[in-house]
Parts: sequence; structure tokens; C-alpha cells
Amino acid sequence: MNLILFLILFPFVISLILKTNILPDGIQKALIVISSLVLALVSAMLCFNSTSAETIAQLSQLFFSHTQQITLFGFEVALAILIYFFAFKHEKIWVAVINTVQLILLIALEMKMNSGVAAEGISKLYSLPIFFLDQFSIIMALIIGIIGGLIAIYANGYMKDFHAHHKEMKDKRSGFFFIIFIFLSAMYGVVFSDNLLWLHFFWEITTLSSFFLIGYKGDTESINNAFKALLYNLIGGVGFVIGIFYFFTSSGSVSLDQLVTAGKAGLLIPVALLAFAGLSKSAQMPFSSWLLGAMVAPTPVSALLHSSTMVKAGVYLVVKLAPALMGTWVGISTATIGAITFLSASMIAISRQNAKSVLAYSTIANLGLIILCAGIGSSIAVWAAIMIIIFHAISKGLLFLSVGVAEHRIDSREIEAMDGLVANLPKLSILLLVGMAGMFLAPFAMLISKWAVIKALIDSTALLLFPIVFGSAATLFYWVKWMGKLLAQTSSSKSENKGEGNLAEKAISNYEWFALYPLGFLTILSTLLFPLTSILMVEPYLAKDYSLEVGSLNLWNENLTLMVILLALVFIFPIFAKIFSSRYSKVTRISAPYLAGANIGNGNRYQGSLQEMKYTIRNYYLESFFCEKGWSIFGITASIITLAITMFFLR
Amino acid sequence: MSTTAITSGLLYLVLAPLIGGLIAGMDRILSARMQMRVGPPIWQPFYDVGKLFSKEQLVVNHMQTTLISGLLFFMVITGLLFFTGYDLLLVIFTFTLASIFLILAAYRAGSPYSFIGAERELLQIMAYEPMVLLVPIGIYLVTKTFSISEILKFETPLIFYLPGVFIGFLHVLTIKFRKSPFDLSSTHHAHQELVKGLTTEFSGPSLALIEIAHWYENVLLLGMIYLFFAPIPWVGVLLALGLYFLEIVIDNSFARMKWEFLLKSSWWVALIFGGGNIILLMLFKH
Repeated sequence: MNLILFLILFPFVISLILKTNILPDGIQKALIVISSLVLALVSAMLCFNSTSAETIAQLSQLFFSHTQQITLFGFEVALAILIYFFAFKHEKIWVAVINTVQLILLIALEMKMNSGVAAEGISKLYSLPIFFLDQFSIIMALIIGIIGGLIAIYANGYMKDFHAHHKEMKDKRSGFFFIIFIFLSAMYGVVFSDNLLWLHFFWEITTLSSFFLIGYKGDTESINNAFKALLYNLIGGVGFVIGIFYFFTSSGSVSLDQLVTAGKAGLLIPVALLAFAGLSKSAQMPFSSWLLGAMVAPTPVSALLHSSTMVKAGVYLVVKLAPALMGTWVGISTATIGAITFLSASMIAISRQNAKSVLAYSTIANLGLIILCAGIGSSIAVWAAIMIIIFHAISKGLLFLSVGVAEHRIDSREIEAMDGLVANLPKLSILLLVGMAGMFLAPFAMLISKWAVIKALIDSTALLLFPIVFGSAATLFYWVKWMGKLLAQTSSSKSENKGEGNLAEKAISNYEWFALYPLGFLTILSTLLFPLTSILMVEPYLAKDYSLEVGSLNLWNENLTLMVILLALVFIFPIFAKIFSSRYSKVTRISAPYLAGANIGNGNRYQGSLQEMKYTIRNYYLESFFCEKGWSIFGITASIITLAITMFFLR
Repeated sequence: MSTTAITSGLLYLVLAPLIGGLIAGMDRILSARMQMRVGPPIWQPFYDVGKLFSKEQLVVNHMQTTLISGLLFFMVITGLLFFTGYDLLLVIFTFTLASIFLILAAYRAGSPYSFIGAERELLQIMAYEPMVLLVPIGIYLVTKTFSISEILKFETPLIFYLPGVFIGFLHVLTIKFRKSPFDLSSTHHAHQELVKGLTTEFSGPSLALIEIAHWYENVLLLGMIYLFFAPIPWVGVLLALGLYFLEIVIDNSFARMKWEFLLKSSWWVALIFGGGNIILLMLFKH
């Protein structure tokens, strides 16, 4: 059977089974686990089968047809009606308005296509393939299958805990997993579709799925944020449809591949419109607030939105357009928006105290970096973009899932509450530390991507280096201070939770560990395997668009060996540390920390001049420099100006 | 890797602590003279470190010791990468890794003083990081490479192209050398309100380790100054040492500044001097 069709249809079928909710709880859970594993496995098979003649042959037999066109149109109308239903139910006028605009455009497109086909007889429209397969879409499939699958498994354990913590809520778990699997199905559709009409259809399904998932809790805040996400993504969707319309009118085709080719030849307007859709989906400024609002959803949803689905669909599309964007003003303005987003989101993250909020801003910043690379569009920039997509998906998935577990154990999402977590939840803390290190620290491969970003920028648009350089400094600051908070033990964490470490950790379900360990392992493995990923996947992908030879990217001479050496050293380091500490173990004595007073108890209090004193230590949040409001205003204004200038020239 | 690269790497490994220690000794004598004191003998830093190794080690927990050994380990690696002529940008990334081990160790120690010291050290890194990243960027614009061995082959001294970047780098060097007015996190002056800040909870062999790492670090930093003058080695060496003397003068003639000033001044200097220099280079090189 065709693996691509399987990957799209299988999660869909599973979602329908889950929706019926007829299976007993245990079997339902088993079904979720097994089907997630199947998805991961089949995605991996795709990776090994991709070049086989059979796969290619099967693929090229699937053509677009008139029946499909009509059916798709029917689906799109059905989606629009669904949106109308919810918009009117909750009186969200703007959603209804944008939905109407999109519907009118879709009808216009449909009429245009019918008349176009009538004029040309059997149009070239129907000689276009629906799907395609290249190394980039395989990478995306692996991310969706493995990380998305692990998140679905994790959700099994998490949602049980979630409903135990939120007794007031109705248990809608079957509906939850129904949407999750539809989401995964649509994501596969997005990364395999060459036909823009299909792509747009899957695109809209991801929008709607995230709408339902964000609004899962059903309280006013969740619903408002869900509609915000819907609204912003619909605006992007409108751009998408106009793009298809324009491209079809000017060339009679609806193929993504041909769109990129046409873009390279100078047809920039549809490229710009699709990039615009990508920007809104990947939560770039000025649209970024929808992703922050999405925090209200249960943690697996955040993990899914941030790591393997939704926002990754946005960056995927923009990276796909990169060859057409290279060296054009549309590309430069896309890159500028990415850079602005990276800078402001990194700055804001410093002042955030809520763990999920920091993660959200860090996602937005990293997506900005990817968009920046895609806008630059040179081979090395796209290389960096794809690498960041991979590393970010793994680390961010791990971080969100770990924070979700910690949240249920310490009943707080605040970073300040994670004081001394390493003593109370040791394994989880190590996973968190690995995830954070994976986001910004050498020798994790993310740093190699950053190296490539800097190189790509110097060679093309060096002015954009400044946001990157300052944003990177901020990135370092907010991650390390969080790491410090996990490590540092102060009064509160010492006195109350002493010795409960194993107890607290035992309450974490096996489903959750089942997702956390592989993700932690993958964070390290992805670094170890990154030269392979590059040579086997990313460079062959680039070779097609940039007529490069594999290995000619000029990354490999010294840096490869250097990274291998560094990695080896990281593994040698514990030995060194062990030798050092055991060499002096005889003269080492454990004592309470210095408190400038006589210590009392285990050093969590001291005798002050009048009474016993406790101490608390808080992280720096430096709100006077890095306040959310100021930097958001800056980011949104700057990006809107960039968009406005772009639109002015588009005319 | 060429034989020269291996030799210079080995030389760094062996000589850096010696040179670093001697510089620290000179530093103490010069500072003493500036304060109208006689000062210790030049070998005093070595005596101190030797004595620290023979002392009892008081720690709050064992993880702290593990983390602090990461500082020395990765600092030496960073220096080795630099002196064997690898990629300058990656050298800076590894440098950051080493610094972060020190910060994490201080966090782990859990005393309020070392905690605030760690926070301030982190703030200092955030302050100097943009400028430090602009150095390889400026050098790349001139030489078209990040590779240090290739940079050294460039025939004109880089200072002619990168005076602004150099000034910016000097500004942040004050932070890196832990000199007043930017010694917020830990200082050898008696006016520190954070006890010994970052290193409050380190004693005996651990403290010795920090000291040695600092020697390696200083030699590496002087090496980075040397890069700007590489084609004329003697000028490079003399200027690097001369600038260290300047840092001592600054150290002894300034009071400590607040973090706001540290952050603002470092970022503005990076933007104006470093950024201005780089923009001019772009305009005139292309």
C-alpha cells in the first residue's frame, strides 16, 4: 500500500474509532499507544523506502481530477459552515467576517477553475500530481510521526491526571484524542501535498483542530484564545487562497512545485501571499499572540502545537518557498520579520515568570530564526532552517512535556516554584536540563545551526545580524537562569520536601515516562547523528533546488571533526569530574551554605540579630528592560511596517 | 591538523597556567604599587593555589564539585581549539559553555550570595555576548573565514579594518577580566557586598580549580587581542600585555557600577562601535 496515503488515512481512521468512544478505557489507551507507534514506524519506513522506484511510481499515478476538485470544494464549504456555527454561537463577528471573505474567494476560485477548464478542454490542471515526496517532507513526516506520536502517548497519562486536577470539567477525552489524530493526519497531508488546493484543505484542518484543542477546557479564557488563534490563522488562510487564485489565473497551475519554479522566474505575488499565510501560522509578529494564548490548553496540546505540528506547518511552507524568496525583496522582508520576531520574543522571555510562557516565547523566537533563514533562502540558510526545525521540535517537545509533568507535581507553572527541583524530582530535572541545553548550548547541534545562520547572514544580509546577536545573548540569559533555579536549593525547597524525591517522582505515570525518555534520548541522538542527517537528507534536498553537490556546502572540513571531538569530550567530562571529586573526596566536607549568621537546622535558616531568619532567592526578571508590553509593541509595529512596505511594493 | 597547530596547542596546555599565573602575580604587584603598597612576590598566585590544593574542601553538595570541574575542563578545551587554529565562532560558543558551568555550580551551591553572584555573572555574559559575537563577524567580513589558522595568514593587521570592533572588545574585556567597574559577580576588591559572590561556596581544591581556569581564560583573551595584530607578532604581544596593564589601571581607578549601566553601556558600545564598524565595512568592501 502507498505509505503516504496510509500515513494520512490511518490516523484519520483511528480518530474516528476513538470518537465513537465504544472501546473500554484500557483498550482505547492501548489503541492510542499502538497507533502512535505505527505512525512513528511507518514514517521511519518512508525514510528508508523513499528512493525506491515503487514508491515514486505509485506516487505519480495519483493525479488531480475534477471529482476531487468538487469534493474538496464541498469539504471546504463544510469547514466554513462549521466555523460559522461556532462563530455565531460565541458571537465572534470578526471570525465570521474573515470566514465569509475566505468562502467568497473559494467560490470565485472554483468558478474560475471551471471556466478555465472549459476553455482549455482537459486542462493541465488535471495532469498534476496530488502528492510529492522529497527529503524535507520525509524529515517532517518523521517529526510528526515520532514526536507527535510520543506526545499522543504521553497525553494518555497526562489527561487522566489533568481531569483529576480539574474535577469541575467534563471528561471529554475521547473527543480530545479524536482531534489529536485528525491533527496528525492533516499534518501529514500538509507535508505531502503538492497540489495547493489539497494543501490548503489540510492547512485549514490544522487550523480548526488547534481551535478545538485550545478551547478544550471550555472556560471563557480558553474559548477567547481559541477564537484568537482561529481568527489569525483564517487571515493567513485568506492570503493562501488569494495566492492560489492569483497563481492559477496567471499560470493555470495549482502545483506548489511549479509555484516555486515560477517564483524563481519572477512571479513573486503568489509566493509572497503564501509566505504571508506561513507567517501567520508560524506565529510570527504581528500574529504571535495566538500562540501565547494557546498556553491555556492542556500541556500535550501546547507540546503538539509548538514542536511537531501547527507552527511547523507554517515554517515548512515558508522554507519550501525559500528558493523563490532568495535574493528578492519579498525574501528580505520575510527575513526581516523573522529577525524582528526573534529579537523581541527573546527579550520578552527574560521577563516572563511562567514556565509555559517562557517556552512559548522561545518557540516564537526559534520560529523567527527559521523564517529568517527561509527568507534569506541561500543553500546554507535553508540548511540551517531545516536543522533548527528538527532540533527545536525534539527539545521543545521534551521541555513542554516535562513542564507539564512538573506542573502536576508541584501544582504550579511558575519558574520560581521550581526551586531546587533537582532534589525533589531528580530524573525529571535532568530531562529538563537536557532539553534546555539542547536549545542553546554547545555542543548540542542547535549551536551548529546558529553558526550556519550567522555565516549565511554575513554572506547575504549582514544588517540582520544585529537582532540575532542581541537576541542570542538574551536567549542565553533566560535559559541559564531557569537552569539555575532548578539546581539551586533554598529555604523552602529544602525544608518542606526533604527526602520526598522518589515519592513525588513515582506518581508520574508510565505513559509520561514512555514519552519523556525517548525525547531526552533523541535530543542527544539528534546531535550525534546530525552529520548523517545532513549528508543523507538535508543536502540531497538542497542539491535539487540549488544545484549543489552533496558535501559541497563547505560545512564539513573542520567543523565536523570539531563537533565530533567536542561531543566526545562531553562524554569524557564526567570521567574528569569524577577523578577530580574522588581525588579530593577525603578532604571534602558537606556543610550548610554561608548565610552571614549562625546557621540553624540544615541551613535553611539562620540566627539574625533579633530572630530566626528565613531567606528566599528570586531570579532576575529585569522587567524595566525587557518588559513584555514594550517589546511586543516594538515587534508588532516593526513587523506591521515591514508588511505594509511589502504590500506597497506588491502593488 | 598541522604540526605547528599541535605544538601550539601543547604549548598552550603547558604554558598557559604559567603565563596566566605570572600575569596574575604582576597584576597583584602593580595593583599594590598603585595603592602605595609593596605587594606580594610575583610567584604568590602559585603559592596560593598550591596551598588551596592542600586544604580541606567545604561544599554544600557534591554536584557543585562536578559542575565546577566543567569550568576548567571546557576552558582548557576552548583554549586548545583557539590555539590549534579552529573556528573562531565555535571557540566562542565553547567559551560560553565553560562560563556556564561556573554559573551552574554557583547556583547549585545554594547560598544566597553565590546565587546572586551567579545571576550577576549571567547578566555580565548577556552584556558582553553581543560584542564578543561581533568580533568573529567583523573578522569574517575582512578575511572571509572563521578559521583562526586562515585568519592568521591574512597579511594586513586586522586592527586597520576593525578599530571599532577592537574598541568594543576592549570594553567587554573589562568584564571578562573581572575588573572594576564591571566586577559585579565576584571581585578581589574588599568593597564587594556579596561576600565573594559567585565563588562564596568554593574552597580548597575547588577554588584552586577556578583560579587555574581563570589563568587559562586570561591567556585565551590575550590571544584574542593578539589576533588583531597578528602579522606583526611583537607588536601583538606587547599590545596585548600593554592593554592588560590598562585594565589594571582602570580596575584601580573606578568604583563599581550598577548592572543597569553595565548592560546599557556594553550593548550601546557593541552597537555603536562594533556595529558601526561592521556597517562601514559592508559599505566599503562591497
